[in-house]
Amino acid sequence: MTGSRRERDLELYFHIPFCRQKCNYCDFLSAPAGEQVQNAYMEALLRETEAGSGMARDRVVRSVFIGGGTPSVVDTVWLCRVLDLVRRRFDLAADAEITVEINPGTVTERDLKDYREAGINRLSIGCQSADDRELAFLGRIHDYSRFEDTCRMARDAGFDNINVDLISALPGQTLEEWEKNLRTVLSLSPAPEHLSVYSLILEEGTVFWERYEKGMLEPVDEDLERDMYWRTARILREAGYEHYEISNYARPGYRCRHNCGYWQRTDYLGFGIGAASLLDNVRFRNGESLQGYLSDPLGCRQDREELTAQEQMAETMFLGLRMADGVSLSVFQDTYGADAEEIYRDAIEGSCREGLLAVQDGRIFLTKRGVDLANYVMAKFV
Amino acid sequence: MASIDQSKIRNFCIVAHIDHGKSTLADRIIEMTGLLTSREMQAQVLDNMDLERERGITIKAQAVRTVYKAKNGEEYIFNLIDTPGHVDFNYEVSRSLAACDGAILVVDAAQGIEAQTLANVYLALDHDLDVFPVINKIDLPSADPQRVIEEIEDVIGIEAQDAPLISAKNGVNVEEVLEQIVAKIPAPGGSPDNPLQALIFDSLYDSYKGVIIFCRIMEGKVKKGTSIRMMATGAVEEVVEVGYFGAGRFIPCDELSAGMVGYITASIKNVKDTAVGDTVTDNDNPCREPLPGYKKVQSMVYCGMYPADGARYPDLRDALEKLQLNDASLNYEPETSVALGFGFRCGFLGLLHLEIIQERLEREYNLDLVTTAPGVVYKVHKTNGEVIELTNPSNLPDPSEIEYMEEPIVNAEIMVTSEFIGSIMELCQERRGRYLGMEYIEGTRALLKYELPLNEIIYDFFDALKSRSRGYASFDYDIKGYEESRLVKLDILINREEVDALSFIVHADSAYERGRKMCEKLKDEIPRHLFEIPIQAAVGGKVIARETVKAMRKDVLAKCYGGDITRKKKLLEKQKEGKKRMRQIGNVEIPQKAFMSVLKLDDRK
Repeated sequence: MTGSRRERDLELYFHIPFCRQKCNYCDFLSAPAGEQVQNAYMEALLRETEAGSGMARDRVVRSVFIGGGTPSVVDTVWLCRVLDLVRRRFDLAADAEITVEINPGTVTERDLKDYREAGINRLSIGCQSADDRELAFLGRIHDYSRFEDTCRMARDAGFDNINVDLISALPGQTLEEWEKNLRTVLSLSPAPEHLSVYSLILEEGTVFWERYEKGMLEPVDEDLERDMYWRTARILREAGYEHYEISNYARPGYRCRHNCGYWQRTDYLGFGIGAASLLDNVRFRNGESLQGYLSDPLGCRQDREELTAQEQMAETMFLGLRMADGVSLSVFQDTYGADAEEIYRDAIEGSCREGLLAVQDGRIFLTKRGVDLANYVMAKFV
Repeated sequence: MASIDQSKIRNFCIVAHIDHGKSTLADRIIEMTGLLTSREMQAQVLDNMDLERERGITIKAQAVRTVYKAKNGEEYIFNLIDTPGHVDFNYEVSRSLAACDGAILVVDAAQGIEAQTLANVYLALDHDLDVFPVINKIDLPSADPQRVIEEIEDVIGIEAQDAPLISAKNGVNVEEVLEQIVAKIPAPGGSPDNPLQALIFDSLYDSYKGVIIFCRIMEGKVKKGTSIRMMATGAVEEVVEVGYFGAGRFIPCDELSAGMVGYITASIKNVKDTAVGDTVTDNDNPCREPLPGYKKVQSMVYCGMYPADGARYPDLRDALEKLQLNDASLNYEPETSVALGFGFRCGFLGLLHLEIIQERLEREYNLDLVTTAPGVVYKVHKTNGEVIELTNPSNLPDPSEIEYMEEPIVNAEIMVTSEFIGSIMELCQERRGRYLGMEYIEGTRALLKYELPLNEIIYDFFDALKSRSRGYASFDYDIKGYEESRLVKLDILINREEVDALSFIVHADSAYERGRKMCEKLKDEIPRHLFEIPIQAAVGGKVIARETVKAMRKDVLAKCYGGDITRKKKLLEKQKEGKKRMRQIGNVEIPQKAFMSVLKLDDRK
């Protein structure tokens, strides 16, 4: 790729750190908050965005992602104002992908219509499970029928690009139970264009972690977890989805452009607490303190890290390998003026020998076994 | 300096069980004799090394001289000689005691007499020291001084009715201790006119002065220019400087004479020449015979020490060399391991000594070490009549060449409250102990006597003892000698390859149990690989236990979005770093800590 186009591309991420209620597995930067705090935060977010737009001169914004938390818990007006500001201050491409994360039960028909009007063209809905018992166990605020309602409303409002998040490998879950979950979601009409399916990870600082520490929660056995993973891959492939990234599936043409940008190292600017950015090979992120942000939304940037050429290449490899397409040798050559096969000879040859990596048609990608052991392979490239 | 009145000198030490307040009392004595202002007082003046302070154990004997103006108006010179508090350093303790004329016995008012109290006080009495007791920690709510006084009289048989009841921590009644030092500890004997006879109780290497000899002058005198001879090692040097010990400082003086405690420097390059217990005499006017009690220090425990990064082998060698300058009881010689590369087989007085050296190497010399299982010195009697002292299990001759083997045995005394006698006896049985007897100290406490093989107590005996008695048992031992024993070499095979660094010698009856535990432990320590890894324990080529490390099935992060990338990169870097710190055996990578974690095998914790 000749660079110029990709080099000018930019993605925007807005972090909304609020939710109705913290889920038992969630370690994201989010918490319930009153309207006053929300309003103050959104004001600060607008200020930071306005100021930060200076960094995006000559850039074309290809995607906007409003994530959280649950962005849909804040008044819709705020989301509209954010997008207004983006239009005024950035060069937003006409065909930009604009995603908002929502949770069932946090949006009305009116909200969804307003989202459409504000230009939001993709929804990511946190469903997590199709089983009400599991939903309660996860600490979700909704049951499955509420999710179905939300989906229907979204379709009615005109959304034709919907992602659904699901979590597999819940403690005590059987392979059959999981498969039933997945098939239930697939039976939606129309079925989601995109699915993100994650295996449950026990993270420190969550309710689940506490239970796990006390021995009250038994994580799913590794073998079962892998069986669920590959069962998912098979079912979704049969249903016409591309397994385009370790945990992501899409109908042809519906890959999440925003996330693909992360894995292909497109530049992005993040706004809001904890939000990370990559700009001209510098990574930085905002501090996580809400108070600090409210008092000075422009002054909490930290952890600035300039990436050396070697680090850039390493990122290209380990992020690129997350995708089924893997890393294109010619793109690598164009970007760095170097031959990936030469630079990573030992890592590539070793992993190929171990059956974890393959090189084909000018691309390096993980084999099936390689996906299971992705970290083991990726560690060889850093 | 004006000549010192010998009758006004008091040379003494403090003996106590660990944690009964020896160092705190020493601090108070130094403080109250006024040599130091409170500002100069570090928490514990006598413990010089950081490490000692952290572990709360005095490692090297040291001394301090203070001046006390007694109630009778006279000024007395106190030489307080500190003694190491651990059984590993028993010989050093005995030489420090020999430099004293009396001892203060500190007993905790709540705990009463413990195993080390007894061991130390008997050692002091053996050296003909006048011992007077002090009851410390009377400020504790659980203090019961009257009971402790009776215990001291009943068990040790020394007068204790007028023992000062003190709180060294709060400075309560310490004055009384000072007065009793004057009254109850005899002035030193000896005559300055006799030929020089001085006892070395410690030495220290200083890069400017060379070796500094810590000594007690028994007879005669020594000053700058005296040609001195170390009678056991035969080293002869001319004295450069003599002096005494200010708190933490060396204060030169003109002359040391009979009864005094001080130091001598003489451009000596190596502490090996100034062995603890040796006698210093005047080469031109030697004494007739050396002082009694000198022993060549012998290493009791050996292990292999390897740099984690093979390239740092020369650094490890230099570091050991430097440590040895100050520690004549540390031994080392180069060895090679298939698993660990180039390193050293090192000999120590005991496990504590080993741990201290290991920590110093890691801390002061910034070395990352891999240590093999510590073992004792076995005597291997070969069929051809040859006797080998075996310090490295890998060097065990073929069984067909061995007639029999011997292992060192200790006499152990364990003091324990009666409720734990059962579990402690059980522990001793498990460790092949031979029951010798039991004495009740008072209604609820007993002294258990056992013969135990040294190799059964060097690993984790002390931890096991503590955990099975809720911390109450105390323990002391001394070496009895060698006895014939049915010993075998236990080999560990990882992915069917023998790992020499994991081999060790074990009693035939414990081989299966130990082998099984080793395999279990290693199974937890060795990370999953792409393939299945058998871990086997074998004796004489016959496998007696096996575990399997299953092949790795999953190592993948489900999520990685914009905010996760930096963290993910760090994670991968760490994973890669971790691999670097592994040892490659065949195609299996073994974390370095696996070599050490197998040391602690008592599963009843």
